[in-house]
Amino acid sequence: MITMENVCKSYKVAKRNAGFGEACKALFHRSYEEIQALNDVSFTIHDGEMVGYIGPNGAGKSSTIKILSGILTPDSGTCIIDGRIPWKTRMEHVRQIGVVFGQRSQLWWDIPVIDSFELLKEIYSVSTLRYKNKLEELSELLQLQELLKTPTRQLSLGQRMRCEIAASLLHEPRLLFLDEPTIGLDAVSKLAVRDFIKKLNQEQKTTVILTTHDMQDIEAIAERVILIGKGKILLDGTLTDLREASAMQEESAGNSANLDQVVANLYRKMNIM
Amino acid sequence: MGIKKTVTLYCKYASICVRSLMQYKVSFVLMIVARFIISFGEFLAITFLFSGFEEIKGYTYSDILLCFAVIQISFVLAEVFGEGFQVFSGTVKRGEFDRMLLRPCSLILQVIGTKFEIERTGPLITAGIMLWIGIRSSQIQWNVLTIWTLIAMIVGGTLLFIGLFMLGASFCFYFIEDTSLLNVLTYGAKTHGKYPIDVYGKGIMGFCTYIIPYTLIQYYPLQYLLGKTTQWQFAFYPVGIIIFLIACYMVWRIGVRNYRSCGS
Repeated sequence: MITMENVCKSYKVAKRNAGFGEACKALFHRSYEEIQALNDVSFTIHDGEMVGYIGPNGAGKSSTIKILSGILTPDSGTCIIDGRIPWKTRMEHVRQIGVVFGQRSQLWWDIPVIDSFELLKEIYSVSTLRYKNKLEELSELLQLQELLKTPTRQLSLGQRMRCEIAASLLHEPRLLFLDEPTIGLDAVSKLAVRDFIKKLNQEQKTTVILTTHDMQDIEAIAERVILIGKGKILLDGTLTDLREASAMQEESAGNSANLDQVVANLYRKMNIM
Repeated sequence: MGIKKTVTLYCKYASICVRSLMQYKVSFVLMIVARFIISFGEFLAITFLFSGFEEIKGYTYSDILLCFAVIQISFVLAEVFGEGFQVFSGTVKRGEFDRMLLRPCSLILQVIGTKFEIERTGPLITAGIMLWIGIRSSQIQWNVLTIWTLIAMIVGGTLLFIGLFMLGASFCFYFIEDTSLLNVLTYGAKTHGKYPIDVYGKGIMGFCTYIIPYTLIQYYPLQYLLGKTTQWQFAFYPVGIIIFLIACYMVWRIGVRNYRSCGS
């Protein structure tokens, strides 16, 4: 179970105007602007839930994921995951979670995928038997057989993403974070990834937290949606709740509107763009 | 994590690095050759210099060769094992450090595990030649203590340079850009460390003892090794590098904590 209570996080960002002169000035005197990335964020997620975490760019999605996965320490507030405080017990915590960043690879670039997997097996101290079984199962479900012997750099984006997901599940985590897992994928790969995540959640009861800008991902996978904007949780409910919130005043965005329009409408209405 | 586990894991990391390097065979061979040629040039420079002088401040040609060989070997070994720290600013910029934080194993192990630069070993050939000439024409009394001194100088030197690399990497947490200031201390020390530090005068001696403890692995044990002093305790000065390493590790820890509270 994940409980996050009153979590706040702000960054200092160095600001300067364009131009060479300004750049020189900034060498000696920097003006900082404080940006409130997370402002009093609270939510609870139960075991086995599948949650879509959405919001416009810069809303605080990544900061939340980073705090939940123990990379970042918040300024204030508490966060407890299965009794652990992520940033205080890094080693024990990360053993129990899997994280996929859609825009970054966790596989070693120049060597065949299977070699990366074997190193991960060592890092997570997975026993040989469990590793073998898990690998067999994952390569069956994600159709990796052909890919395992290829160096990562020669994989297509869709192939790589399937390998990334497998890599983050080798140690059988109870909790999986997916940060934009379908970004840049073709239709077939997208569907394969979605199907897999759904099955994983249903059969293994893995808790999944997914951030995305692709509303079809949310529609296909998530039962629950959390909307964040300007560092604040604005909505926490089902897709129907999302539609209703968006349509309350503007009749044009009724049930007939597609989800992208619904969300765009909502962002505008809540003034979080 | 136990020591055995750590060592096996490091070996796995290293083997991946070597396999990645081998993917680019031509570049691999060229790097080794190029670095060998550069270091051989430095060796020739010393040789030519000594065709004009008998000795520098009491050090003969063979003394200097021995001293340079020790520094050269230390530096190369530090580069082989510690290159991960040298490229650390890139690691942070590309967000790979976030990934390291997500893995249940030591951060330092992961950082040094990103690079295992056997292609930097070219200068070891030159260093071997210099060491051989230096030892043959010196009057070193070989016994357990002198053999220890030589090995301690090399190991201590390697750790000293790795400590400096780690210090440089720690600065990446504050200034995302490269800090070439530290290179003055590392590459500079490699270049100038071929001469015993007392050659440079008192000021430099002080700096190299109390700020960055080069003298612990070079000047003092060298005095003992060459029989210029009977003070046997000089042979154990390289052990002091451990204190320097602990200090570097503290700075690293503060850097990591700062990174985790500020983000990238």
